[in-house]
Amino acid sequence: MKKLIIRKILPIFLITLFCGFISLPKTFKIAGRNIDLVLGLDLVGGSHLVFEADLSSLSGEKKPQALESLKNVIARRVNLFGVSEPNIQVSSFDGKDRVIIELPGIKDTNQAIELVGQTAQLIFAELGEPVSQGQQPQISPTDLTGADLSDARVQFDQTTGKPVVQLKFTDDGAKKFEGITERNVGKQVAIFLDQMPVSAPVVNQKITGGSAVIEGNFDLEQAKGLAIQLNAGALPVPIKLIEQRTIGATLGEESVQKSIQAGVIGLTAVLAFMMIMYGRLGVIANIGLLIFGVITLALYKLIPVVLTLPGIAGFLLSVGMAVDSNILIFERFREERRVRSNIVDALENSFGRAWDSIRDANIATLITAFVLANPLDWQFLHTSGPVRGFAITLALGIVISMFTGLYVSRNLLRLFVRQGKGER
Amino acid sequence: MNIKWMKFRPVYFLISGIVIIIGIYSLLTWGLPLGVDFKGGSIVEYRFEAQVSGEELSGEVEKLDVEVQSVVDTGEGTRLLRLGTIDKAKKDEISGKVSELAQGKLTELRFENVGPTVGPELVKKTLIALAISAGSILLWVAYQFKSIKFGISAVLAMIHDSFVLIGLFTLFGHLFGAEIDFLFVTALLTILSFSVHDTIVVYDRIREIRKKHGGEIKDIADKAVNETMRRSINNSVTIIIMLLSLVIFGGTTVKWFAVALLIGTISGTYSSPFVAVPLLVTWDEVAKKINLRKK
Repeated sequence: MKKLIIRKILPIFLITLFCGFISLPKTFKIAGRNIDLVLGLDLVGGSHLVFEADLSSLSGEKKPQALESLKNVIARRVNLFGVSEPNIQVSSFDGKDRVIIELPGIKDTNQAIELVGQTAQLIFAELGEPVSQGQQPQISPTDLTGADLSDARVQFDQTTGKPVVQLKFTDDGAKKFEGITERNVGKQVAIFLDQMPVSAPVVNQKITGGSAVIEGNFDLEQAKGLAIQLNAGALPVPIKLIEQRTIGATLGEESVQKSIQAGVIGLTAVLAFMMIMYGRLGVIANIGLLIFGVITLALYKLIPVVLTLPGIAGFLLSVGMAVDSNILIFERFREERRVRSNIVDALENSFGRAWDSIRDANIATLITAFVLANPLDWQFLHTSGPVRGFAITLALGIVISMFTGLYVSRNLLRLFVRQGKGER
Repeated sequence: MNIKWMKFRPVYFLISGIVIIIGIYSLLTWGLPLGVDFKGGSIVEYRFEAQVSGEELSGEVEKLDVEVQSVVDTGEGTRLLRLGTIDKAKKDEISGKVSELAQGKLTELRFENVGPTVGPELVKKTLIALAISAGSILLWVAYQFKSIKFGISAVLAMIHDSFVLIGLFTLFGHLFGAEIDFLFVTALLTILSFSVHDTIVVYDRIREIRKKHGGEIKDIADKAVNETMRRSINNSVTIIIMLLSLVIFGGTTVKWFAVALLIGTISGTYSSPFVAVPLLVTWDEVAKKINLRKK
């Protein structure tokens, strides 16, 4: 008895306490990260935009690279907008290349669409002499643009072994570049992407032939980053808005309130139903269910799971499945009690027998959840938010329900059954 | 409980048949009520604080040369407009017009615009997801019960449930304006797993009884259904309670999603003892007869 309490009940109590603390509606930091419930677009309001990129002018192997740089450009533009947690994904399926952008809490969607929708503009500019110390030099853009750049890639300097970025210009670009370098030997030439300076190398000599190298004290990551940025400008891929969903903050707020209301009413009714059907056993199942709720909420915050409306529905459904584990066990227990006089044996037996059903059935549900959640990002399956949100909460719910149903309820039942026997 | 369930197999097949025929009839008559997610188009939802009638609204918007498919009342003062695909400029025009109509006393709740190319991709991905889940579940069940009969019967019951769901939703689409959207796809896939979840519990019992007592498959099935019936009903009741509260108290955005899950839960519960098991029993009997004849 004592052993049971120390070994099993105490850990349950501690886990519940820990999760209960995290679930509290309060934000705090663990390991430098804010622990808070992350709400999806449909709950806080915001915009979901899908752009289709026209990569038809590019050869096959260049496409993934182009898409990646497109994503980077868009990410930078979105960051300019100051959206708190933007989510940008690329999706290639059936010959269609798309960029999916989620902007929670954004106010002016139209402005965002315009900003994102521009094709990337890479500009080379000459810098005038600074008029006085510390003052901005005069910037005069040249006619050399991203359209003249055919490729930018990372290479290693033959003598120093340091990473450098190599630029290749088109024939037209090579001529323009030659002119610019001729005028600016010993001076800086600035490169702007979407009006943001990305690099300002010093010209060492006049460069002919359309091939140049940017040297600098960068490490490999920085060099790669620069190459991607330059490529983004070099690849002005036209994109087209094909899908837009904007949810107002008021609708989101309403949805949250209504879902909470629905959840509380539904949960109360389920708790009452369990008590009516199974009496004292039902009470234990209900305690297990509340622990289930607390652990789930804590995990949502810790992982964190982006909670969407379908996600809430997935959670509610998993509540039903958590209860199912208990019902399976109790029905078994009822049967076992008929043939066995020893209540402790009957209890242990029913858990053992019910486990097969619970395992087989839950694995089938987990398979579907896996296909829907698509954790490996398979392009032939759904990669978008709502379906995923649903699957993740469902899968989490099933796993937690196996724990609460089989470990928590079981040990609580053991405790109560043994106590009951002692009284008699 | 000691009911000879398997004696009434024709009745179960008849009930399922009728529901599915109603579904197929609706499907052929009215077609799938596809939402903007599938066929493209726009949705704008407003909350009005001023009195604006639906006819007025659709009339004014139509004047802007926009195809108005429907105007639906979605709650206290909120109206949902379903339109053809529109661009940004058109959208601004509509917003201006509607705002003028309501003298500025309105809030735009949401705006969705989906291009026509999105739908086919969604359909393809859904079919792939369906095939993968159904295939892996079939393999899993067949492996667990060491018999392909179990696997195929379970998957047939699953397909039965999706037919019931799609068919009835088509009917609801015609009668109450339900729409098939992204969430419906999620509901469909969930129901498939729920259906199998429920079927496995009964199968599990069949396996156990067969191991312990043996006997005719029909008697084993009767016993298994009798023993799992209470659990089946009680379990479904708890899920139905949760979903009903979502239908009644949840927001408009999840209402039809919850309805789809509700239909699926009921069908999934029914299909385990009354489709999956009868199929298994019938298959077994037919296979035995063929074997006898061969001998």
